[in-house]
Amino acid sequence: MTAPALDRTSHQAKGLMAPRKSPLLTIVMALMVIYALLPLAWLLISSTKSQDSLFGSFGLWFSGPFSFFSNIKDTLTYDDSIFLRWFGNTLLYVVAGAGGATLLATLAGYGLAKYTLPGKRAVFATVLGAIAVPGTALAVPTFLLFSKMGLTNTIWAIIIPSLISPFGLYLVWVYAVDAVPTELLEAARVDGAGELRTFFTISIKLLTPGIVTVALFSVVAVWNNYFLPLIMLNDPKLFPLTIGLTQWNQQATGVGSNPIFNLVITGSLLTIIPIVVIFLLLQRFWQSGLSAGSVKQ
Amino acid sequence: MTTTTPVDVAAVTPPPSRASGRPTAKAKAPRNWRGWIFVAPFMIVFLLVFLAPVAYSVYLSLFRHQLIGGDHFVWFQNYTQAFSDPKLREGAVRVLVFLVIQVPIMLCLALFAALAIDSRRLLGSAFMRLGIFLPYAVPGVVAVLMWGFLYSDRMGLAGNVNDFLGHDVLKPFSQTWILPSIGNIVTWEFVGYNMLIFYSALRTIPGDLYEAAALDGAGQFRIVRSIKLPALRGAIVIATIFSIIGSFQLFNEPNILKPLAPGLITTYYTPNMYAYNLSFFGQQVNYAATVAIVMGVITAVIAYVVQLRGNRQEQR
Repeated sequence: MTAPALDRTSHQAKGLMAPRKSPLLTIVMALMVIYALLPLAWLLISSTKSQDSLFGSFGLWFSGPFSFFSNIKDTLTYDDSIFLRWFGNTLLYVVAGAGGATLLATLAGYGLAKYTLPGKRAVFATVLGAIAVPGTALAVPTFLLFSKMGLTNTIWAIIIPSLISPFGLYLVWVYAVDAVPTELLEAARVDGAGELRTFFTISIKLLTPGIVTVALFSVVAVWNNYFLPLIMLNDPKLFPLTIGLTQWNQQATGVGSNPIFNLVITGSLLTIIPIVVIFLLLQRFWQSGLSAGSVKQ
Repeated sequence: MTTTTPVDVAAVTPPPSRASGRPTAKAKAPRNWRGWIFVAPFMIVFLLVFLAPVAYSVYLSLFRHQLIGGDHFVWFQNYTQAFSDPKLREGAVRVLVFLVIQVPIMLCLALFAALAIDSRRLLGSAFMRLGIFLPYAVPGVVAVLMWGFLYSDRMGLAGNVNDFLGHDVLKPFSQTWILPSIGNIVTWEFVGYNMLIFYSALRTIPGDLYEAAALDGAGQFRIVRSIKLPALRGAIVIATIFSIIGSFQLFNEPNILKPLAPGLITTYYTPNMYAYNLSFFGQQVNYAATVAIVMGVITAVIAYVVQLRGNRQEQR
């Protein structure tokens, strides 16, 4: 669980004596970790309870019949397995949206870092301005525009807006300046390689840590997207997990309420697991990618 | 707090403008249109999903729909209406209060955690770093659902605590506590992310500085004050700006908690919820576009001021 890339290059390797461990600081920080993990522990424990034992049992301990597997089965089969459909939709949006966002940001960031193209200042100013504009201020106008174009309530309404990651562009830009030596590109040019060919055969390998970081944060953004699908989609068959779960949760209130809290809880757990696994598996990449970005300040 | 883009947008490092210059290609690169092969695809989509909606909403905000006669060009009437709209003002004041209280708490916690982990005085610091960061990977919707359950009287921890103490001490869903309850969710989601930004910046401080400080006999607190905090300034400014933007966009948390706290969270609880409800349930798209623009401009101005202030202090 360490990040070698960070630990080795840091100041701490340079022969400074390790300070004494502080029990007080450790305890304070342990409290913060407990705060961070408590809701997740509650979720994990609650996913083992039936709907009845969710009520009136202590939240942080097991109670009633062990219903973990029946909860999972119910979650996956409820309403003609709509949960699996939502899961598939989320995967589609993530692959197309985050994948596309990473590709576009990588190409553009590289282009801006390695070419003195006309209009660079204008590109820079607009993209920076876009970061400052609140995303939701754009969501309603985007909806109106997309409905004029007949794109609402289609998968494109989710994928197209996900394709732009100004932060990803920025990160690749900063990363590419040093990661890809300009001399290398010139050598390739002398050898007669085209610009795109050079990019896909040489530069892309050098950019990998930056690309992985951008991809990871794009995946999180799309996986967690709520507002955009909320306004763009009506058809439950197109919903991603986030919208589906809130719909299930809302079943508990209002006329003809039919609470399925155990499914909401188990569904939430199943929604978290993939993204947490990705983060843990790729932490070596994103932690070094992030610190590479910081070096540039 | 998170909506369409703030998470991916949330910069980890200062934007190039505030460093000494933009990241520029080495001077030798040829100045020609070839680079546009790479930049054009991004810019085309960017025009469609960023610039076109902004232009369209400005256009919409200048019209008003009437039952008889359709759309009318009304100049800035929608804007004058927005500035005297008590609902919008209430929402705007609420997110402002939220911002002034929640953002400093969250960033101070994140700063403290980053400094503590960087100090190497912790046992199990790698685990702590990961544990505190983990909530960021949890979808905001799931975070709100979880905390909503935890807050609830019937099945949550709030109920357990109240039972244990014998009377209702914790009332997350009450007039007084609903905003702090929301603040707690937002803090939980983003404290680890901000910690990681600060921590990454701390790792870039060259070791020589610490050696020099140690030779001069500087203590831990002196090192934090004179080396670490100045080195973090850029990261703090950026984290502040993105937290401000996030606060002004507050939507997910109140909107998902709304059914759980009926009567406490109105349709105009935050400006963003107001714009959403106006256009989707009130059929007032022109006015909704106006509200979105007004809030966007206010946010951009505040973010800009924070950035200017941050830079000025840096030059001092």
